[in-house]
Amino acid sequence: MMRKLTLAIAVIAPMLGQAASAEDTIKIGYIDPLSGGGASVGEGGLKTFQYLAEEMNAKGGILGKKIEIVGLDNKTNPQESLVQAQKAIDSGVRFITQGNGSSVAAALSDFVTKNNTRNPGKEVLYFNYAAVDPSLTNDKCSYWHFRWDAGSDIKMEALTNYMKDTPSIKKVYLINQDYSFGQSVRTDARKMLGAKRPDIQIVGDELHPLLKVTDFSPYIAKIKASGADSVVTGNWGQDIALLLKAAADAGLKVNWYTYYAGGAGGPTAIKQTGLDHQVFQITEGFANSGNQAAMDFEKAFRAKVGISLWYPRAVNEMRMFKAAAEKANSVDPVKVAAALEDLKFEVLDGGQGLMRKDDHQFFQPIYISSFGKLAANEPFDEENTGWGWHMVSKVDTAQAMVSTTCKMARP
Amino acid sequence: MLELIVISTLNGVLFGMLLFLLSSGLTVIFSMMGVLNFAHASFYMLGAFFGFQLTKWIGFWPALVLAPLLVGAIGMAVERYGLRNTHKHGHVAELLLTFGLAFAIEEIVSMIWGKSPVDYRVPALLDFPAFTIFSTNYPAYKLFMLAVSIVIFIALLIVLKRTRVGLIVQAALTHPHMVGHLGHNVGRVFMAVFGVGSALAGLAGVIAGPALVTQSDMAAALGPILFVVIVFGGLGSLPGAFIASLVIGLVQTFAVALDGSLASAFGPLDPSAGPSVLTDIWNVTIAQVAPIVPYLLLVIILIVRPMGLMGTRES
Repeated sequence: MMRKLTLAIAVIAPMLGQAASAEDTIKIGYIDPLSGGGASVGEGGLKTFQYLAEEMNAKGGILGKKIEIVGLDNKTNPQESLVQAQKAIDSGVRFITQGNGSSVAAALSDFVTKNNTRNPGKEVLYFNYAAVDPSLTNDKCSYWHFRWDAGSDIKMEALTNYMKDTPSIKKVYLINQDYSFGQSVRTDARKMLGAKRPDIQIVGDELHPLLKVTDFSPYIAKIKASGADSVVTGNWGQDIALLLKAAADAGLKVNWYTYYAGGAGGPTAIKQTGLDHQVFQITEGFANSGNQAAMDFEKAFRAKVGISLWYPRAVNEMRMFKAAAEKANSVDPVKVAAALEDLKFEVLDGGQGLMRKDDHQFFQPIYISSFGKLAANEPFDEENTGWGWHMVSKVDTAQAMVSTTCKMARP
Repeated sequence: MLELIVISTLNGVLFGMLLFLLSSGLTVIFSMMGVLNFAHASFYMLGAFFGFQLTKWIGFWPALVLAPLLVGAIGMAVERYGLRNTHKHGHVAELLLTFGLAFAIEEIVSMIWGKSPVDYRVPALLDFPAFTIFSTNYPAYKLFMLAVSIVIFIALLIVLKRTRVGLIVQAALTHPHMVGHLGHNVGRVFMAVFGVGSALAGLAGVIAGPALVTQSDMAAALGPILFVVIVFGGLGSLPGAFIASLVIGLVQTFAVALDGSLASAFGPLDPSAGPSVLTDIWNVTIAQVAPIVPYLLLVIILIVRPMGLMGTRES
């Protein structure tokens, strides 16, 4: 009898403990690929959010509550993401964050919106840290969706402004992933290059399957044959790393204008080809940005997590979440959402950002950087190559603003 | 243009030879036992992961020999303790066994090595451009892959066509009972063939691992293509599998290189009609549909010639 009782207590007691602590925890559901072709970046993202949660918890959390990141594998698949989102909501998650794949983001945004109409009092917020398809803050915008990364149209605007002033560009090859985001990169690139530099010839326009290609050498042969001097790509995850690797193997010497060349595997491949300051990327921050606070953060982050900080926007997201909750004096999603609107915030890499009320797009300074040999005041290299990112151009918040067609349905 | 053709041919032949390493084992196993081995691509994946692990411990070259042997041993064990026992319950039971095995192997692999890609690198000795044509480098490692595949192909041909062992295997393919009556241990022949087939898949994994991506979904990604190859070539036919492998390899590589679409052939649609499903289809390039081309070939061959290119019986 006694033993049974002890056993029962042993089983039940931790459950009670959990029930009690659940009240004091804010669970954030991290829904991103933790397997397959997107896993390399998905795992990096998870570690980043976990690091940020730990950092905040050490300083007392948000309004005295601890933050817990729940990692959920969506295999970069929209259907699987909805299953995971439902699972997360059922286990008490009220905040979801996701970034890899605009197809996933569109599905999640729609799901969260429907969920919130059907379950008043149990609203869920969706924090998007990297899915940059412009439609998410335009025709498909939702009150419950907030985006911290610059939309693809904003990035392309800045990238083409830089390309405009580079007269050596004559022939451009576009290669992108065959889904909503890749298609928006390609259309924007065609449109903006056509307007700003009509003399540039688009010698190729490729769409390839998303995260399915394991050997890009046939595509590289095609780029080579086209005679292109520059390649524009929005590829991410395995698709940028393997693309650059195949280019390195074939010895393809072109300039690369990319969104995500800094992700896992990219820097190693660039160093292998010897493309010194010929690969550009556009981000909201980078290791050698020169901002002291950001550089201190980068140093501590690398020491603990072992990777570079690919997502300064994740830092902005979590810190703004905290700021909004404190402003609203509540962690209720409805109140947090209201507090986030038009919230101004000093971003990690310096400068003021704004979460625009009209479309829930965060506007912030963005940077174009190139990868190569480091100057004396640039301490951070990537993937032990000895090369790192170097600032080429900075676009301030005001210049990075674009208009929106969003007609937001407010609750 | 010539440059594109030469490079694409090289890439296509290479991919084709890799497919052949895999499909040769699969097709021989099928014709012998009448069982389509669903776990065959999983043996390829095991080869890649064993190759990665052994390379870390003892270096690439010993791994190149040891990993396929290990995979072959696992294959033999599967035949001896799995398939032979389920054989009396008929083909469905055998099929289900290999089907279940494929899932089990994938789960075990992701449990041990995780779900994200492992860092399986080309050995330093082969990490240089072998030659340059039209200013494009061709990596030495790819040349090495090609050489290994060709050597295996020739060895397989000689063993099957020119030796006593090959004679018995070929006889057991068509008349297993007669071979048994002549005093040969047919069970052992089956086991050996299954082992060699798996080892070949393992070898393909070891050499493909560094060039492609070694991760736990690589079997699922390659499996369907393998079935296309053996059905296209004719179930049970080795020369058929060889031709089909090369055809699929070349078709897939060249499809990527082509930019033709209905729009470029017949001119764009009337823009006043606005974007619709039809304009989407009209503007799709051959390069975009490249991944489905092999399956299209499969459908066509099944309609036109159900026994496959070189097959002798209806599948």
